[in-house]
Amino acid sequence: MLIRDIFIFAALAVLFRLISRGKARGWLLLITSTLVIYWMQPAMPLRSLDFWLPTLTLAITVFSWLLTAEEEQKTEKQNWLTAVLLVGLVILIALTRYLSLDGLITANRPPLTVQVLVGLVILAAVGFVIGWFSRQKAWLTGGIIFLLVLFLILKSPALSLWSSVGLRSMLGQSTQNATAFDIRWLGFSYVAFRLIHTIRDRQNNRLKAVTLQEYVNYVIFFPAFSAGPIDKLPRFAKDLREPLVFYNPQLADAFYRLVVGIFKKYAIADSLSLIALNSQNAAQTQGAGYTWVLVYAYAFMIYYDFAGYTDIAIGLGKLLGIDLPENFNRPYMKNNLTQFWNNWHMTLTQWFRAYFFNPFTRSLRTRYKNLSVGWVILITQVSTMVLIGLWHGITWNFVLWGLWHGLGLFVQNRFSDWVKPRLAQLQDKPRLQNFLNGFNTVLTFHFVALGWVWFALPQVGLSWQVILSSLGLAG
Amino acid sequence: MDLKFYRNVILKAFFLFIVLNLILVSIPPSTGGKQFSIYNSLVPGRLRFPFGETPREAYNFSLYDVDAMFAAHEINGGLSDRALNVFLVGDSSVWGTLLTPQETLAGQLNNFNLTCGETPLHFYNLGYPTISLTKDLMLMEETKAYNPDLVLWLTTLEAMPLEKQLASPLAENNPSRIETLNETYRLGLMVPPKADWWQRTLFGRRRAIADWVRLQVYGIMWGATGVDQIYPDYTPAAWDLEADDSYYDFEPDTLTSDTLFLQAFPAAQDLWSDTPLLVVNEPIMISGGENSDIRYNFFYPRWAYDQYRQILSETMGSLNQNYVDAWWWVPAEEFTNSAIHLTPEGERLLAIGLEPFILDAVCP
Repeated sequence: MLIRDIFIFAALAVLFRLISRGKARGWLLLITSTLVIYWMQPAMPLRSLDFWLPTLTLAITVFSWLLTAEEEQKTEKQNWLTAVLLVGLVILIALTRYLSLDGLITANRPPLTVQVLVGLVILAAVGFVIGWFSRQKAWLTGGIIFLLVLFLILKSPALSLWSSVGLRSMLGQSTQNATAFDIRWLGFSYVAFRLIHTIRDRQNNRLKAVTLQEYVNYVIFFPAFSAGPIDKLPRFAKDLREPLVFYNPQLADAFYRLVVGIFKKYAIADSLSLIALNSQNAAQTQGAGYTWVLVYAYAFMIYYDFAGYTDIAIGLGKLLGIDLPENFNRPYMKNNLTQFWNNWHMTLTQWFRAYFFNPFTRSLRTRYKNLSVGWVILITQVSTMVLIGLWHGITWNFVLWGLWHGLGLFVQNRFSDWVKPRLAQLQDKPRLQNFLNGFNTVLTFHFVALGWVWFALPQVGLSWQVILSSLGLAG
Repeated sequence: MDLKFYRNVILKAFFLFIVLNLILVSIPPSTGGKQFSIYNSLVPGRLRFPFGETPREAYNFSLYDVDAMFAAHEINGGLSDRALNVFLVGDSSVWGTLLTPQETLAGQLNNFNLTCGETPLHFYNLGYPTISLTKDLMLMEETKAYNPDLVLWLTTLEAMPLEKQLASPLAENNPSRIETLNETYRLGLMVPPKADWWQRTLFGRRRAIADWVRLQVYGIMWGATGVDQIYPDYTPAAWDLEADDSYYDFEPDTLTSDTLFLQAFPAAQDLWSDTPLLVVNEPIMISGGENSDIRYNFFYPRWAYDQYRQILSETMGSLNQNYVDAWWWVPAEEFTNSAIHLTPEGERLLAIGLEPFILDAVCP
């Protein structure tokens, strides 16, 4: 996202805040977010994909709502109105091809109107089938599997390339030029998380009823669309239902968060990116000292980049009257790895805790009663962290990054249990305790920073070389 | 909501911003002072001036702040008292396009470990990749403060047409420096007007400030890698040439001393009044391909270059200036992507050729 985009979003949000009154708020937000997700979708070499991917985002969101909504909700007038509004917006965006407005809303000229209409009819038919037949719970599981398969295709270089080749041959484009980076579905990772959250909560009967308009607003809420935070539907819907007052403390907080976020992202993170660890820098850097400089620069760059985006999203959210959850709470100042993960990308870890770690731990304890606590912790921590790694991309380096943290969490957990009674006697020695806290913070930071090597570089060999180099062991 | 607090914060910030800008505008622009830099302290100084179009790959980029450029250069770390320090000034052929710092002319001469008696010679690369004698003079003026023991000034015809003098972005973006040069040495240049007052404000200086920050940040990568240029595959300098004998607006046989910026040489003599100066007409590629009877290379028709050499030689003679005409010293196969850019071997041959002249000029 360019700084220009943020200023445009902030201006849009202020305008929205000025003119939103009562029920119009949800509709205005729906229209704004829909237009923005088309606008933010980057151009791709595959013809018209920059139009179809946001359309598919809307479609799978509506399908998910159909899967999770109560039967009686599906026929409510307001939800039909939302569906009609969405279809109308998509058609209007498609019609911009006749106004020579390429680049204004979509990156490239939208496809032929006939193609758009046929596509919408097909999507409507799928929606009808889902709405009609989705009374069994198996459909919910099917929905999750569908999202995971999509996720797998988009995040796996081999499958992504294969899909690109398929789409290219379908569109009559050269398959020779296909690459794994042809399909860049903006925001899909976060959309999938939000959808899976609602489907899982529906499976467990924990999901409160929301309208289609609220549901779509939640999933495609534009400030958090591409980089989170991952909100929860009930919390989001509660904020959306509150009346929006132009002058209230939220307004000043919003600008404060925007300014802080812009500074973090565009002043600090972008400057650090010039010297942060990457393949080129890593391959050319000589000496352990400089290797650490690159690693530190990457550690702070990724923090300020992501925390900056989060501040911007929270600031924009506040302007729109939505209090998005926090994602970072000084993670590098924590004195153990568990604390780090409780304060780094918090909404992601909370999501994994709620929808994978806790159910998996329960399942292991129920099914394998003889399994020791240690084994349960090892299996659950490692598998959770490897999954978090794979969420960033299906490559060996992300697996190793997940393993690094999973094993780190396990070791820290076991060590904490062992050392806790032994440290109890230090309670009356605050200086020693402070020193230990400081030492643990430094140690935790360095463990995390070194772990970023796996994350930042695409090749295992190069990552290993950098780790050896940082320890002064490179040949 | 404490709106008053936020209003006051904004008003105070605005007030301070205005005051800061007024202070900046009222301070006269200074040049030549030593600037703060992480180079030569936290990281080693650069072996040549910052220049480049691919910063993220080369950890180097072009900027217009001459003080920042010098502050980043190794000469700013201090010259050795126990060596004779030789400065090499010129264009991209001296800076070393497509060459590592060690392969440039300065690097090759350093590899020779030349001595004058027992005193070693150390060569510094102060070339900058745009062709203009005025740009060279501007950099030499700044270089004067470092008191070298010898200055080697390599140049070529392309640096001499009057219209090329201010075409170098470095010269173009330093009008104050050029104006001072113009007045001091009576160069007769048509200097563009000085910067407006608002260009001295924080807003007007935003590009220079951002460049300074980037230069410091890339300094870390320079220190970490020793890389300051990328070396892509290149298209070799043209061998077969157009049947065209034009050179700028000059017709054959009309190149005269008044059409070239020859006043740069007496100016350089004035500038280096206490320091030996050796002017070198740098090697050019002499093509043997199609139409090579009309042109020596892409840059020069034969008639223009021959006349130039004649004029330059006469000028150097009349100024009693120490001069070497090295135009033919390097075989055509030792040029890279331009008729003046040499391969490492080409630089070595040039260094071998220049060695006796250097020793003659610097050794008492």
